Amino acid sequence: MTDIADPRRSRVESATPWWRDERWRGIFAQVMTVLIIIVVMGFLVTNMIANREAQGRPFSYDFMENIAGFPVAMSLIHLDLNSTITRVMVAGMLNTALAGVISIILATIVGFIVGIARLSPNYLMARLAAAYIEIFRNIPLLVQLSFWYFGVLKLMPQQKDSISVFSGAYLNVRGLYLPRPIPESGMLEVFIALVVGIVATIVVRRWATRRQMETGQQFHKFWASLALIVGLPLITWLAVRLIGGEVVNWEYPVLQGFNFQGGVVILPELNALVIGLSMYTAAYIAEIVRGGIQAVSHGQTEAAMALGLRRSWTLRQVIVPQALRIIVPPLTSQYLNVVKNSTLAVFVGFPDFVSLFTGTVLNQTGREVEVVAITMVFYLVISLVISLFMNWYNKHIALVER
Amino acid sequence: MMDTSNIPTSPPEQRLPDEAAPITVVGPIAWLRTNLFSSPLNSLLTVIAVAILVVVIPAIIRWGFLHATWTFPQDVLDGVRKASRNDCAADGACWIFVRARFGQFIFGFYPMDERWRPILTFILTFGAVAGMLIEQLPFKRANAIFLFGILPFLAFWLLFGGLGLEIVPTRMWGGFMLTLVLAAVGIVLALPLGIFLALGRRSELPVVHLLSVVVIEFVRGVPLITVLFMANVMLPLFLPPGTTVDPLLRILVGFTVFTAAYLAEVVRGGLQAIGRGQYEGAASLGLGYWSMMRLIVLPQALRISIPAIVNTINGSFMDTTLVAVVGLYDFLNIVRTGSRDANWIGTEIDGFVYCAAVYWVICYGMSRYSVHLERKLDTGHKKH
Repeated sequence: MTDIADPRRSRVESATPWWRDERWRGIFAQVMTVLIIIVVMGFLVTNMIANREAQGRPFSYDFMENIAGFPVAMSLIHLDLNSTITRVMVAGMLNTALAGVISIILATIVGFIVGIARLSPNYLMARLAAAYIEIFRNIPLLVQLSFWYFGVLKLMPQQKDSISVFSGAYLNVRGLYLPRPIPESGMLEVFIALVVGIVATIVVRRWATRRQMETGQQFHKFWASLALIVGLPLITWLAVRLIGGEVVNWEYPVLQGFNFQGGVVILPELNALVIGLSMYTAAYIAEIVRGGIQAVSHGQTEAAMALGLRRSWTLRQVIVPQALRIIVPPLTSQYLNVVKNSTLAVFVGFPDFVSLFTGTVLNQTGREVEVVAITMVFYLVISLVISLFMNWYNKHIALVER
Repeated sequence: MMDTSNIPTSPPEQRLPDEAAPITVVGPIAWLRTNLFSSPLNSLLTVIAVAILVVVIPAIIRWGFLHATWTFPQDVLDGVRKASRNDCAADGACWIFVRARFGQFIFGFYPMDERWRPILTFILTFGAVAGMLIEQLPFKRANAIFLFGILPFLAFWLLFGGLGLEIVPTRMWGGFMLTLVLAAVGIVLALPLGIFLALGRRSELPVVHLLSVVVIEFVRGVPLITVLFMANVMLPLFLPPGTTVDPLLRILVGFTVFTAAYLAEVVRGGLQAIGRGQYEGAASLGLGYWSMMRLIVLPQALRISIPAIVNTINGSFMDTTLVAVVGLYDFLNIVRTGSRDANWIGTEIDGFVYCAAVYWVICYGMSRYSVHLERKLDTGHKKH
């Protein structure tokens, strides 16, 4: 390179002009970015304010205390036509949470079953699980939801021709009717027994771990926990029944005329949303579970067996903890997806947060900016909480390497 | 070590002929034993799996093929009356519903005489994309220039009209064509935007970094439906009073930003996989930031992230179904609307199964392609 040998050139480079200096260029680029953003945002916000003034609706959150005045198909809190918009919004949030929690639980159960079946040595089971995954992952969620709602649940028979799922549970076009549990006086004792069982389990497990660390003696932790958490309340239940008390009364739905009375009804909208969401998400969870288990090297299994661990111990103490480290982070992001995908409730008419608030309330009040802002904040807070949990968990389980 | 020379070996001519391996070790019975009946639990699983298959598969074949109605009755073909659900068997699929409305499912409300335009656009796009994806075909560079530089404008002119072609307003677009337009425009615009966001997130300039992080995390944190709502109701509000924005354009903006945020994270993954040595090497050659990115870093980063990009494209293709929320008639929405027609009451299942089959073929194909790419690209980058 002749340039470098040239003494004049190297003198010029030692005194870099300021417009070639990386630092100055960086500062300049950033100042320009900030300026452009301020100008663009200013332009947009000015337009927004002008538009809203022209429509006679200045920016304000006062409408939240107005009366909503529309009926809501399902709510976990009491709502009537005189409820405020804030109350309707909270009802929507609770419905979103309800659909999300049920779907997450079901999707996790189905997903783990399918994911483990995918790795089964049984050829047919493995192929069947693979087919499930490939079918449900590659059909848009909305197609699946629409199928369950418009194609299946909306075509159920009328109330008088209801399908009996099991004794006391009926499926018809209005939804799934289930017996309603009514807690009686004995419920308190059973509940106390459950709490005692959980606390005792924690204490026993701590003691067992410490003893094993000190003496090497093992303790049947699993059976002890099962006896304490399940057995204790069960015994209390039986005891209450023996002395003539009642724990739970069931109120069964009964067909009176053309309609069912009593019991709990789960709307077909909620059923469709939960079935669609959990079947779809289960396919993704199954792939995560499969990947997590496969990622644990076979050497780990061999090493555990060489140490003389039993098969169940190998699974519980060696494979599962390592697989979970890989499974949990993508699993939490799937849970986040379930919450976000539950907004598809709009399409089947389930009154979730978006459908009630961002849909109906926005249409009625015309407060686009305010409503959309609250919606965004709601979902951002959920995302933030879940990512915080994920970071905490990742730190908690991170490998301690020397 | 043992001395083997003392062990007497039988001479070759005395050797007995090899016995066939026992049938419990090789052959179909052995396969059954090891794969289906190796333990009681395994046998139970086999029985359950067979039971599921026996219940499900004949039912599907009976409904979808054997009892399904594929052809129109004679008087409908003669034009005496219109076909309806009543022409179909009660216990089978009604495929004549799909046949009767096929044109609408594909083109929406696009005028009959102008339908050659979307067809031509589709053929051009399909040809150019195939030319890019099939490795053996030549002229990759010219093809890329055509695909990204010329085709978008050509396609807009063909579909929308003007300059001698009759104008077809976007509210008449619909069906599968609209789905493809949404997916294609979303991807073509979102990829560059996503790359810029990813570069911004990796930037050492605090303002650029912060801005990119805020945009990416904000968009990824909210559901697509709220982004579409926002684009639909708020975009007109943020523009000077009196401006009207085409509804399809609003949705495209929302959809593009949403896809870009997800692509940005995918590209960032690729950027993170590029070793420090590549940057230092580029810097020592005297390359500035943009030349370094364009010539050294991005070609490698994008190459690594291609499988993940294909997966994201697959996801956003499935997400196009959500545009029905603002009243656009994409493929799914137009099929659903079709089965609400008084003549076709009771064709919901048929319509959704048809939709599901179409989406499945495309999405499964894309996911297989992504797996294929992953295997092909993996060899060069695996650390040993």
